Amino acid sequence: MNASRPAVSITGVSKQFKAGVTALTGIDLDVRPREFVSLIGPSGCGKSTLLRIIGDLIEPSEGTVEVNGKPAHRARLDHDYGIVFQEAVLYDWRTVSKNIALPLELLKWGREKRSARVKEMVDLVELEGFEDHHPWQLSGGMQQRVAIARALSFDPALLLMDEPFGALDEMTRERMNLELLRIWDASGSTIVFVTHSIPEAVFLSTRVVVMSPRPGRVAGIVEVDLPQPRTGRTREEPRFFELVTEVRERLAAGGADVVAAEAEAGAS
Amino acid sequence: MATIAIEQPRQRRSADAARGAKRVGLVLLGLAVFWGLWEAYRWIGESLGITWPFTVDEVNMPHIHEMLSAFTKPLQPGGPTLLHYEWHWALFTAKEAVVGFLLGGAIGFGLAVLLAHSRILRRGLLPYIVISQTVPILAVAPMVVVGLGTKGVEPWVSVSVIAAYLTFFPVAMNTLRGLLSPDPRSLELMRSYAAGRNDVLWKLRLPASLPFVFTALKISATACVIGAIIGETPASIQDGLGGAIVNFNQYYSTGPERLWATNIVCAALGLAFFAVIVIAERLVLRRAPEHYA
Amino acid sequence: MSSAAVQRRAVEWGPALAVFVLGILAWQGLVAAFHVQEFLLPKPTVIARTFWDERGMLWDAGIYTFKEALGGFALGSGLGILVALLFAAYAPLGTAFMPFAVAANAIPIIAFAPIMNDWFGLLNPFSKMAIAAVLCFFPVLITTLRGLTSVDPRAIELMRSYAANRRTVFRRVRIPASLPHMFAGLKIASVLSMIGAIVGEYFGGPTTALGVTILNASAYTNFPVAWAGIVLASAFGILFYSAVALAERLTTSWDPSRRDFHRE
Repeated sequence: MNASRPAVSITGVSKQFKAGVTALTGIDLDVRPREFVSLIGPSGCGKSTLLRIIGDLIEPSEGTVEVNGKPAHRARLDHDYGIVFQEAVLYDWRTVSKNIALPLELLKWGREKRSARVKEMVDLVELEGFEDHHPWQLSGGMQQRVAIARALSFDPALLLMDEPFGALDEMTRERMNLELLRIWDASGSTIVFVTHSIPEAVFLSTRVVVMSPRPGRVAGIVEVDLPQPRTGRTREEPRFFELVTEVRERLAAGGADVVAAEAEAGAS
Repeated sequence: MATIAIEQPRQRRSADAARGAKRVGLVLLGLAVFWGLWEAYRWIGESLGITWPFTVDEVNMPHIHEMLSAFTKPLQPGGPTLLHYEWHWALFTAKEAVVGFLLGGAIGFGLAVLLAHSRILRRGLLPYIVISQTVPILAVAPMVVVGLGTKGVEPWVSVSVIAAYLTFFPVAMNTLRGLLSPDPRSLELMRSYAAGRNDVLWKLRLPASLPFVFTALKISATACVIGAIIGETPASIQDGLGGAIVNFNQYYSTGPERLWATNIVCAALGLAFFAVIVIAERLVLRRAPEHYA
Repeated sequence: MSSAAVQRRAVEWGPALAVFVLGILAWQGLVAAFHVQEFLLPKPTVIARTFWDERGMLWDAGIYTFKEALGGFALGSGLGILVALLFAAYAPLGTAFMPFAVAANAIPIIAFAPIMNDWFGLLNPFSKMAIAAVLCFFPVLITTLRGLTSVDPRAIELMRSYAANRRTVFRRVRIPASLPHMFAGLKIASVLSMIGAIVGEYFGGPTTALGVTILNASAYTNFPVAWAGIVLASAFGILFYSAVALAERLTTSWDPSRRDFHRE
């Protein structure tokens, strides 16, 4: 992978929906390879929409998105990313193993290759012993782990996650955060992560992108310089609280200063 | 999404067995109550000479034990018992019903898959599929029988066609609903995999539709039996339950219990078909318990 | 209606209308091309003409039979709803008697039609009403019961937190929630009631009834009249169905889960 080329390159993206709602305007963002970038903002700021635009599940009204140096559409057809939603979206009629194998079947992998990879992924998300269980027999956190395993099964360079831990309780959430960092480190992928939770964003990311309320703009970017690998202790560090505060203040400012700066630039 | 703890398989099995036994017990109790009510009404009706809504006498309301013992009596003096005949008639009708079930099921299923993929086809054809069921099939049956007969088709095949007519509708409607049931999130997931229509059909829509298909098959199980029995009359078939009903109806006053006995056999046949589907459902569907229709 | 609404209606019903026109044309053409014998399937034009010629007789017969269907529908559906309420309120009753309902549903109309005629009298419209009622009972029972018992448990919990007793829960939660399901059953019943009335008449009835008219016309090889009768029977079924569907739309317009898959 070319280390200097951004993994995701968003230029001038905006999105209006048919009802006259402008979800996003003027988004410019680059994500470097192996970064962990969080998108955070108030409800309706368009962060999920932006994620879906990156994944070519929604078309932008203006602007372009490149993933791995290709247009987002091409990237989707080439299976360059995996996606995890807030609901695990597992298939009831498939066991854990078969759920993880789903994208591999679609990619027409041979049976042996599939089995080997499924085993790898099961080990990666630490669900050994549950391979033959059905989704309804698992807890919420376990189901999400299956979803993550499935998303990573075909080794995509990019992982898109839309509030994957939003439905879990706080304790499970913190545990899953650690899990996710471990998986991120082991797989070497780039992650774009949408969340509502400021501590989660700061804990997980290398950069936090703060978005303004609708219409969504990039209100600010906070570099998270906490040391890697992060541990349970990281949440107790003073620097952690400083960063959380910085993100919170950015959120509160809500991009008002960004708008003002744009107006100024326009007037001059 | 339920956060259910993992059940131990052994505990579940014994809980299931207990529930099953309870259910069987309640059914037997219900049967006993029905028997009691029937005989009680008959007794009261005869004592009081009730004539509304209908006259209560031994022709209109034979004793239940008379209906049951009718099976053991010969149809013709010195000949085989009624049960012997009923068994053969039931098999004959069952054959017609099974062929009708398979035919109607296949057509209904194929139609649903076709309609699932085209909104225009849905808008165009669904009203007529619904309307097809407003046509009283018994009225059209003679034409079907004669029409197919001129093509050299045996009469019982026409009966299967009629059974298929009653079968295809529930299968088509429910399968369609099942194929269209996956939520937007599942479809988005498939799009993220750049999955083609075929893959979405085989890997998502069809498996998701199975609970709905089984609901339809349960309805169709009894519908095809009814269709077969009804269809035998216009086809002038004597070897099945339909023919038996017409005959016993003609001679009702001389042996009312025979008609009722035949009704019991019809009901049993329908139940048997239904039971087969229920067993198949248990074997095929391995789902979250709340998905069993 | 605004032009956008008109356009939407057109898009919705256009294909069905197109299929209808194509169907009629194809029917007319194929019958002529394949020289299908008149008695099997007359041309639409022949049926239309017969309809016009015999409109008085056919319409009266249709109304007579429709009244039987309506009576049977009211009786059967009413009973079905009552029994569903009973089964929903007392679960063991449901478990005990549901298999009966299934078994009873498996008894073909051809079996109990003669019995109803025996009980109530061949010429008495009530015998046909009874047949129609039996056909309506089961679908309405099954669907209404499913609706009554498939309520979101949290809605019930909410009512309990208001210290509502069982009766109130029933009235305010279960019954409104069951309406969409009940209407699904009523729609099936509307079609079945008409069919039940007609098929019942096949086993004997007055000549003023539509089923008997069709049967006699077939027997005397007057197939255009038979087909005209069949078309009329179907038309009444469709009208009845539409009336129930309209009632459904008027009373359950609040239901967000009415996933109308025509409309996707």
